[in-house]
Amino acid sequence: MIEVCRVAELPPGEAVRVATVDPPIAVFHTEGGELYAVDDTCTHQDASLADGWLEGCTVECPLHASCFDLRTGQPSGPPATKPIRTYPVIVEDGVIRVAYSEVAC
Amino acid sequence: MRTAAVVGASLAGLSTARALRQQGFDGRLVIVGDEPHRPYDRPPLSKEFLAGKSSDIGLRTPDDEALDFDWRLGTRALSLHPRDRSLQLSNGQTLRCDGVVIATGARARWLPGTEGVNGVHVLRTLDDAIRLRSELVPGAQLVVVGAGFIGAEVASTARYLGADVTVIETESVPLARQLGSEMGLVCAGLHADHGVRLITDVPVKRILGASRVRCVELADGRQIPADVVVVGIGATPNFEWLAGSGLQLADGVVTDAACATGLPEVVAVGDVAASYSVYLHDRHRAEHWTNALEQPLTAAATLLGEPRPHLSAPYFWSDQYGVRIQFAGRRREGDTVRVIEGNTDQRSFLAVYERGDLLVGVLGMNQPKLFSRWRRQLARPVLAP
Repeated sequence: MIEVCRVAELPPGEAVRVATVDPPIAVFHTEGGELYAVDDTCTHQDASLADGWLEGCTVECPLHASCFDLRTGQPSGPPATKPIRTYPVIVEDGVIRVAYSEVAC
Repeated sequence: MRTAAVVGASLAGLSTARALRQQGFDGRLVIVGDEPHRPYDRPPLSKEFLAGKSSDIGLRTPDDEALDFDWRLGTRALSLHPRDRSLQLSNGQTLRCDGVVIATGARARWLPGTEGVNGVHVLRTLDDAIRLRSELVPGAQLVVVGAGFIGAEVASTARYLGADVTVIETESVPLARQLGSEMGLVCAGLHADHGVRLITDVPVKRILGASRVRCVELADGRQIPADVVVVGIGATPNFEWLAGSGLQLADGVVTDAACATGLPEVVAVGDVAASYSVYLHDRHRAEHWTNALEQPLTAAATLLGEPRPHLSAPYFWSDQYGVRIQFAGRRREGDTVRVIEGNTDQRSFLAVYERGDLLVGVLGMNQPKLFSRWRRQLARPVLAP
């Protein structure tokens, strides 16, 4: 488990990049109040999805506008063709933790 | 429409072919490409690919297999004959087709008289990049002619590879036309940050050397020693093959905002298309990657009988010396520019371009998140004519 931050430190609509793991992950807090953790690097070209545009459960890559569904990791269309990995998120005592593993889930 | 031919197997051509299938076209779909290679992505050619960091630049995916494209690679289209609805190909074949997508792109401009001189390169195709890469060895003396985005990216990559780099620019400030002098100077400063010499305000007179380039002579008589030269002075649309076809040709193949040409069931997309832009209220030939990805959705719809204008604001990016530069919109002479976040000295900032009260452009340097937000404000065609 990776400890990310306190829920209070990640307001809805925001994302945080966690670079302590390789490859880095991004944790999103949607406007709807859900938390998602995914690979931070776009599968198309080197760009951080934590810098992307969050809308609903979708994040748009800041470089080339590929959209990924945070629930499944699937891209909605070109230029990205490969999914990003998703990771379970757990909140305990107000702290966001991600079940990070090398294996996709 | 039973048979559609896409002429040009690059991002714009492949994207139009995909869009035709996604929008329901189930006829025969032929893709003609003059290069022997399968479609590949061009932006990495001056960056990751040239640096040897990435060789995976192919654009085709496993999903494309199901789309049933009929590939004609290594084949050039010689002419278009609208009357009998056919294309003449360089392999001797005549291809009959009901619909045609013109996506033949643009080719790099050379300095006159330098084509074929050993050590002198342009950078447009995969083969160009492979040839150049073999010569960018540590200690090589590289002269880049042209401080535009391609020139700056090549200089940056060559520096990373350990070359000694000089950049020559005819204008007094690089990128001034696109970004204005103030921001052009900020971009130019990246060269100095990394020990690359930038010589401005002087044209190149000629390239000297017998069997191989020896130096670049400037109009003021200075001679800059060179083992390798890269010419980055823009591109010319590939439309000569369409002479006599009845298409209107200006700076490219003229189309309306929905990519339609003056001929029925002939559309043009990407670098070769001089399209009317609703956003800019002007005809505009965009050589940028995002345009080559977005225009095809419009072109395919037009070909299938449901034309709708393409509305996006122009957008391009460049990666130089580890700095990501992003620009959207269009700057004109007289627009003002204002840094609203960060600091140009830190090479991390967001600047907005304004025409009176109107936001007309956004420039970001290492500010992708802020840039994404501001770019959205440009997403509607709001410019006054």
